[in-house]
Amino acid sequence: MLLGIAWDTSSNWAFAVSILPILLKGLVVTLQATVVGFFIALVLGLILAGLKASPLKLISWPARFITEFIRDTPLLVQLFFLYYVLPEYGIVLPAFMTGALALGLQYSAYTSEVYRAGIESVPLGQHEAACALDLTPKRSFLVVVLPQAVPRIIPALGNYLVSIMKDVPLLSVVAVLEMLNVAKIIGDRTFNYLIPLSMVGLIYLILTLVAAAAIRYLDTRLPKRGIPLK
Amino acid sequence: MNEDPIIRFEKVVKRFGPVTVLDELDFEVKKGEKVSIIGPSGSGKSTVLRILMTLETIDDGFIEVAGRPLWHEERNGERVPATEDHLRSMRKEMGMVFQQFNLFPHMTVRRNVTEAPVHVLGLSKQEANQRAEEYLELVGLGDQADKYPSQLSGGQQQRVAIARALAMRPNIMLFDEPTSALDPELVGEVLNVIQRLAEEHDLTMLLVTHEMQFAKRISDRVCFFDKGKIVEEGPPEDVFGDPKEERTRDFLKNFLNTA
Amino acid sequence: MNWLSYLPPLLEGAWVTAQLTFYSTLLGGFFAFAFGLGRISHNRLLKGISVSLVEIFRGTSLLVQLFWLYFALPLVGQMLGFDWRLPPMVAGTLALSLNIGAYGAEVVRGAVQSVPRSQHEAAKALDFTPRQTLWRISLPQAIPEMLPSFGNLAVQNLKDTALVSLISLGDMTFRAEQIRNFTQDSTTVYTLLLFMYFGMALVLSALMMLLERSVGRWRAGRA
Repeated sequence: MLLGIAWDTSSNWAFAVSILPILLKGLVVTLQATVVGFFIALVLGLILAGLKASPLKLISWPARFITEFIRDTPLLVQLFFLYYVLPEYGIVLPAFMTGALALGLQYSAYTSEVYRAGIESVPLGQHEAACALDLTPKRSFLVVVLPQAVPRIIPALGNYLVSIMKDVPLLSVVAVLEMLNVAKIIGDRTFNYLIPLSMVGLIYLILTLVAAAAIRYLDTRLPKRGIPLK
Repeated sequence: MNEDPIIRFEKVVKRFGPVTVLDELDFEVKKGEKVSIIGPSGSGKSTVLRILMTLETIDDGFIEVAGRPLWHEERNGERVPATEDHLRSMRKEMGMVFQQFNLFPHMTVRRNVTEAPVHVLGLSKQEANQRAEEYLELVGLGDQADKYPSQLSGGQQQRVAIARALAMRPNIMLFDEPTSALDPELVGEVLNVIQRLAEEHDLTMLLVTHEMQFAKRISDRVCFFDKGKIVEEGPPEDVFGDPKEERTRDFLKNFLNTA
Repeated sequence: MNWLSYLPPLLEGAWVTAQLTFYSTLLGGFFAFAFGLGRISHNRLLKGISVSLVEIFRGTSLLVQLFWLYFALPLVGQMLGFDWRLPPMVAGTLALSLNIGAYGAEVVRGAVQSVPRSQHEAAKALDFTPRQTLWRISLPQAIPEMLPSFGNLAVQNLKDTALVSLISLGDMTFRAEQIRNFTQDSTTVYTLLLFMYFGMALVLSALMMLLERSVGRWRAGRA
């Protein structure tokens, strides 16, 4: 029994059917971690991008170093770091939050790049036209640059969302009961790893394919030339 | 010159989607003949060359090269579509020089010229190198053999392309607008090479070009193509000097000094 | 702050990490070409297999794949009468290389398909066979295109090697865990570990850039 549901070991098929609800409970945690992690990545990434774009070298260089450092070191190690080191400095978070924070931190390095690339991909001519029309920098950013940058950013962010989902299993090392952890525990107890792990693989595959299709659909629905402003 | 045509198109039809590019084309070239093909864009001129080089298929009609069917094979007395093996054997008759040169950028000039002789014709490295030297000398680039295409000018690259095609010793050379992609000051060096080829060798040559003066100088025959058919053909003095068809006259008006 | 004493075991682990990265990236490159070229093959069966394998290994989590190979594969073997228990090093290398191979397949495919059609036409005019064209004309031109992306994948692979610590393979992360368990000195150990990975990543990136430069020599501009 795990998470309040018992399994049926009478036959392979019965076993598979009986553990499905347990795996789905794990899936809920997986999805929660994905969403929270993604949200943190979006916010932190924005902050990082802003810092990197600062004209003050004192601010932009450390920000760029931090981004590179996060990108080039393993998520697992960052997770361990946060899990074991933060409490030593008085910050005690539930394992789930630590995990989501680690995910958000690692992916903020990527999202900050997406923001930067998206803004840079708006042709220089647009900035120049806005300038020639004497729009304030703030207005020019809001109504000219941002609406055109968004359609280019969304697909990339969507892909990172899917990547985050695939990285959630790492959280099992800090005892978060996401889907893979649940499957492993079932395996540890029944010695039948094959069925739970294969089912998890299959569920992930389905989720990824659905998400990829959704992103493609979203991509076609987004006007390439920018969010229309009336 | 031998009397049997080395190239024969019989009611050839070629369509690209809804557009008929070659419209029941009848066309013949004699062995050793130098033929220039002129005409407006979209008239099918390049398509004729590309079909000969087996880069495009035909939708209807029959083509013979050196007495053998090109896009067909004779099997058990029947005419069937050609297999890849048959096409491969037919390709050896022809060499092609492209408008965009299409040299292999990752190979040196020498390697560009020797690669096919070694791996397609089965020559030894030595023999291929000898051939390469011979033809690179012919096009005036004997000392550039170890350079990469990116280090050469457009005119030099095109001359290498000519040497590369010649190294396969084809009987027919096809030139598809060989100078159209070149800066004006580089056109002459390529045309000189083609002219030497025309004068010193009895290769059969088909030249699609907009260089009317040049076509007049080296051709035995000029064909004016329009809308997938030959509108007028004959010796250059006739076609350029006294065009009989109105469409020919209209087209030639765009070029000065063709008379 | 006895961090110097942490170095020997960490360096032993680093050696394992380096070996793992090397073998899995190499094998992964092989898989990338196999899957990538298989995807553009005209052989329907080959194409189908390649597409499926790529989708499976890209669409599932690496950790899931690793656990499956380490825990579940032996059970499949048992059912079929084979001993398919993989030692951690083998399971780790296999999982990593299949994963990077699947991502690399897209890079290979994209690069090969980006070789201009005119090159194929020139090859055809010289009467090369399609196979000769692929190996002598297309691939040599595609490889410099692939290397920047492969560089990124290689660094990603280095990071992913940390996962093998979870199946008890003695890599850098595993050693660090051991030290932490023993000394409870989390901050030092993990900071040290992070910097070691960072250093290795920088070295790897530099190596890939050198490779890029040497393979793309012919792309230099006009003399």
